[in-house]
Amino acid sequence: MLEIFGTQISLAPIWLTLEVAAMTTLVLLLLGTPLAWWMAQMRSSNKVLLEALVALPLVLPPTVLGFYLLIVFNPTGPVTEFLRFFGFEGQLTFSKTGLVIGSVFYSLPFAVQPLMHAFEAISHRLLDAAATMRASFLDRFFTIVVPLSQRGFLVAATLAFAHTVGEFGVVLMVGGNIPGETRMVSIDIFDHVESLEYDQAHILSAMMLIFSLAVLMTVYGLNRRFGVKVG
Amino acid sequence: MKLGSQYSHPVTMQGNLQLKLGPFELDSGEFTLPLQGITVLFGRSGSGKSTLLRAISGLDKRTHGQLRVGEQIWQDGRRALPTERRHIGFVFQDAALFPHMNVRQNLNYAVKRLPKGVEPADFDEIVERVGIADKLDRRVTFLSGGERQRVAIARALLGRPELLCMDEPLSALDWRAKAELLTLIEEVVEAYRIPVLYITHAPAEVERLADRIVFMQEGRIESIETLQQALSRVDSPLFDEQGAVAVLEGEVQPIESGLRPVKLGEDTLWLSDSHEIHKSKVRVRVVARDVSLALSDPQSLSIINHLPGKIVELVPESEHRMLVRVALRDGQRLFAEVTTQSAQRLNLQVGLKLFVLIKSVALAE
Repeated sequence: MLEIFGTQISLAPIWLTLEVAAMTTLVLLLLGTPLAWWMAQMRSSNKVLLEALVALPLVLPPTVLGFYLLIVFNPTGPVTEFLRFFGFEGQLTFSKTGLVIGSVFYSLPFAVQPLMHAFEAISHRLLDAAATMRASFLDRFFTIVVPLSQRGFLVAATLAFAHTVGEFGVVLMVGGNIPGETRMVSIDIFDHVESLEYDQAHILSAMMLIFSLAVLMTVYGLNRRFGVKVG
Repeated sequence: MKLGSQYSHPVTMQGNLQLKLGPFELDSGEFTLPLQGITVLFGRSGSGKSTLLRAISGLDKRTHGQLRVGEQIWQDGRRALPTERRHIGFVFQDAALFPHMNVRQNLNYAVKRLPKGVEPADFDEIVERVGIADKLDRRVTFLSGGERQRVAIARALLGRPELLCMDEPLSALDWRAKAELLTLIEEVVEAYRIPVLYITHAPAEVERLADRIVFMQEGRIESIETLQQALSRVDSPLFDEQGAVAVLEGEVQPIESGLRPVKLGEDTLWLSDSHEIHKSKVRVRVVARDVSLALSDPQSLSIINHLPGKIVELVPESEHRMLVRVALRDGQRLFAEVTTQSAQRLNLQVGLKLFVLIKSVALAE
């Protein structure tokens, strides 16, 4: 508990939000990088379908995504059974793991798109030149691609993190509202409003507002200085 | 091809490569190419030179067909030896320097990845020869076009390649940088004895550099010829609007009274061009239109180059003109362009001994 202007604020939702956002960002960078690379190299018309699929969370109501995830995460469903086979215990719905998986889908375009644009901007001649100097694929990726798309990674990580912090619909559908377990800041605010605790809602909302503004200013600042493409 | 074998006798490249890129299709046909000296891939833009070179280097995964270099198989059907294991160096048209590294880091990228057991090249010597010793700590974005190509050449050499590929390395440069780079490329090839595959569509570069020419047209290899064979064809694709050209090779002598003597066997050609030359042998370019013929040696004439020779061929051309191929005393040949009327008046015939008067000669630039 924290006291601000005489109002008691529960810190658990804030820590949980930061934790889920950090884990989501990490997972997105690990999975989004190969996906973005693959998409950047694609020449066929399949790319259109894939781009649309990745961008889907931008237009889909989060409740729709949340609803489907809820169905897929069914504790007796094949996905959970499959994970059990590898020693997974507990369940995906109404748990932190489920929240992270949901957030990964929800924030996917915010990580993949900046990375894809960064990768597309790299001249293939550079990679060809590196190959003639005996650099293997991974060697080329880490010595040429990664340093040249630094800003893309920075933007991807920032946006993925910020977007996860701000999610509501998916969290509510998949995670529910279990205090200390799945109650994130956005839901906490909703809760406070419902119980007419406007002071708490004000403070949390103001914190979110300042945080989001700071993040966006960082991204646009990078954009201006280094010409990073976003979205 | 074994590493470090570049000083032994040349390896042969044999292959037949296909690569389809949208509407364009490379289908080289069977070819055999000794990897020795400079081989120029020549053809119009769109003839498939670059595509062939990329297929040979393994840079395009869609390549298929056969390619064997010495004992090593580089391509067999769809299976390809990856580029990083072919031991080639590549100099691209736009240099392709890594923009996030300075010059030294770019050069070290090649050095660090040398396979075990390969002696690194002499870094200082290469950097000095290529002329970038004072630019090692510069960011590559601050280099001029010519400097960028120098770095690219040094970087390729430091990788100790057994084959050096150059894709129009001079096309983005102004004439001065072009001339300097041509000299550099010549020196480098002579000093390190690396076989080179060189793409250009400029006949002047071919005449200056080529030992052998691969003529390409519409994605196919039309023929592979030595420079002399290519220049002896009257309809050679190397001849542009200047008409037929001959390239004579001679030994450079010290400058005498402002002129540069070049020995062609026992005869001497005088060049008004008194640049410093660091080589013992040079190529001299003679355009057929600048060559006249005389039955006796005219003494009172402003033209200084008179060489004795013998007619070996008469080729009628359009517009009452005729190309006369003349063999000089050392066996080298050149063309003279005369009118049909003069040919009749002088009674030109194969076997006739005469004098060629050369109005202007220039070092192949």
